[in-house]
Amino acid sequence: MLAEDSETSRRRFHLGVIYTLMGTIGAALGIPAAGYLLVPGSSNRKEEWVEVTNLEKLKAGEPEEIVFRRNRKDGWKILSEKTSAWVTKKPDGQVIAFAPSCTHLGCAFHYDEKHKNFLCPCHTSTFDLEGKPLEGPAPRALDRYQMKIEGGKILLGAVVKSQES
Amino acid sequence: MRRQVMDWLEERTGLETAVNHFLYEDIPASAGWHQVMGSVALFCFMIQILTGLLLAFNYAPTPGEAHSSVRYIMTEVTGGKLIRGLHHWGASMMIVVVVSHMVQVFLWGAHKKPREATWLVGIVLLLLTLGFGLTGYLLPWDNRAYWGTVVTTQIAAKSPGLGAQIERLLGSENGVGVVTFARFYTMHVMLLPLLTTLIVGVHIYLVRRHGIAPAPNDTAPKKKFFPGQVFKDTVAIFIAFCVLFALSVFLQAPLGRLADPTDTTYVPRPEWYFLFLFQTLKFFEGPLEVVGAHILPGLAIGALAMAPFIDRGQLRKVTQRTTAWGIALLAGAAWAGLTIAAMRSTPPETDMHAGLVDAPEWQSLSPEELAGLGHFRKQNCHACHVLGEKGKAIGPDLTASATKRDAAWHIAHFKSPAEVVPGSSMPPLTLPERQLNALAAFMLQLKPGSGASLDSAPDAVVNGAMVYQQQQCGICHQANGFGMKVGPALNGLASRRKRDWVVKHFYEPQMMVPGSTMPPYRLPKQQLQDLTTYLMELPARAPSRD
Repeated sequence: MLAEDSETSRRRFHLGVIYTLMGTIGAALGIPAAGYLLVPGSSNRKEEWVEVTNLEKLKAGEPEEIVFRRNRKDGWKILSEKTSAWVTKKPDGQVIAFAPSCTHLGCAFHYDEKHKNFLCPCHTSTFDLEGKPLEGPAPRALDRYQMKIEGGKILLGAVVKSQES
Repeated sequence: MRRQVMDWLEERTGLETAVNHFLYEDIPASAGWHQVMGSVALFCFMIQILTGLLLAFNYAPTPGEAHSSVRYIMTEVTGGKLIRGLHHWGASMMIVVVVSHMVQVFLWGAHKKPREATWLVGIVLLLLTLGFGLTGYLLPWDNRAYWGTVVTTQIAAKSPGLGAQIERLLGSENGVGVVTFARFYTMHVMLLPLLTTLIVGVHIYLVRRHGIAPAPNDTAPKKKFFPGQVFKDTVAIFIAFCVLFALSVFLQAPLGRLADPTDTTYVPRPEWYFLFLFQTLKFFEGPLEVVGAHILPGLAIGALAMAPFIDRGQLRKVTQRTTAWGIALLAGAAWAGLTIAAMRSTPPETDMHAGLVDAPEWQSLSPEELAGLGHFRKQNCHACHVLGEKGKAIGPDLTASATKRDAAWHIAHFKSPAEVVPGSSMPPLTLPERQLNALAAFMLQLKPGSGASLDSAPDAVVNGAMVYQQQQCGICHQANGFGMKVGPALNGLASRRKRDWVVKHFYEPQMMVPGSTMPPYRLPKQQLQDLTTYLMELPARAPSRD
């Protein structure tokens, strides 16, 4: 009877240690692995401002697609690549620069001169000149570049995502 | 509920029976703590698979990008340093554990009949483990990876009989490059893991078939593998894991400079577990080299394989196996002696982590280019051009456009901007030809994104470079690989001399270095200080430029 008891408690001790140690190893590997795959890493790269055009070259109320080069960090590489912006100077002089892809599924939209709005050819989403979605499946307004004007030149920074409407 | 799920699974897959069959295997009463190393080895292999898989998620297997992706893993990816540490130190730990496992088996006589096949398969696993170490060594593509592999492939190419074929297989006929890299990578992540997994399966099958080796005259009733022995295995695995984890956290896995085939100062050394072979090789020169490189290691493997066929007597208790102990101790002593001798002849590696630090880009500029930055500052070009964090964007962004032109265009443009670019409002620069050359040379280094890094050069250093150019030091000296070699090269001066010495040397070269042919330079105090600062800030070695 006594021998059996000590055998049972011995077994329980063994099982307890096995599960605890295996669990500890699992956590010590699993947590860093999850962080490695899911948590965005650190990058000390500062966002650059790129000069794209002169303010005076823009016609008020008429969006213009401007193609420019910028540096983009992609993993371990810094790529210098072509990208574009739809830049609109409003009649009051304010300038907006939209990122060139539709907020639905990322297709490149264009300016529809006839209807005076932006049209995405993929699923016919339309946006007004302020970027607000008018028709179609697009869930939110067009994304905008950070923008500043220095010495009459337009400089673009990072793309800022618009809020879900 | 749990019972129902288990029953359902059991009925369809027989999973529970299989697991129970595995766990409740009979093992001899004499089994115990000395038999944990096999499980630890399997555990280490699983760690290597897991961490290797994670590394592969962020690793670019080409010589062009491997180094920067490893550096990215180590400096930017969350937990990347730890994962690479586990993989790097895990490789060493595997060797330690696998060898301990073999030594234990050998000392206890567990390789004797009928377990010869298990032993032979184990030797194959040892060779596969070494193969992992050898192929993985190349993958970070830093100097030690490159030079280590150059030596390895050359040794392989000298194998008696099959050398040329092996060299073809390794893709190293024309040196270590993209082809060798692709093959080492494929071996490391496809062929070897596949083979190892299969052969580990065979090994475990054989262990199960013969059962764990009992001590001689062990007639006590058998016990079960689970949980008693599993408990001991788990404790051993946990200790191994703690050691590995601590190594990975406290000792950063090395990443040296990007592989540089032209670097003649690098002293290649293999990983610690190959040092004894490296040292053995030194005893055999000329035509005898093959003895150290191939025949002796081959004989050693052969002897290992023959062990159970030679050791055929009655199994005795481990404490009475004096010959086995003698052989093991002798082999251990020989290994330790050779390894220590090799370590003593190895200069300490100073730039083990050099691949992880960002040397500011200005440090790789030639004296002329750096002087050009000085003229850029003195001429107040920042007033109209943005460079890094300073300046106004009135004129164009030079990092976007300057490298599209050549030096001649820049010089013509400096002299009369409006003639070269109609409508330009930039004022002409009235500098001597030599300074315009320097400024143009600097323009050609303005790559996209490099502005801030270049402009971070301290004023004293930049002014020093201007003095260096003005005094034409390059006529006799080399700095960052530019200039003549009449006098000593100036990179690494900071590690050879103290600042005061350098200053005194300018005043009285012959007093500091008898017989020197350098004329004295009695420059104004500030210029002399700046020049000295510039020389002391030169990188230890001339950077390679592409």
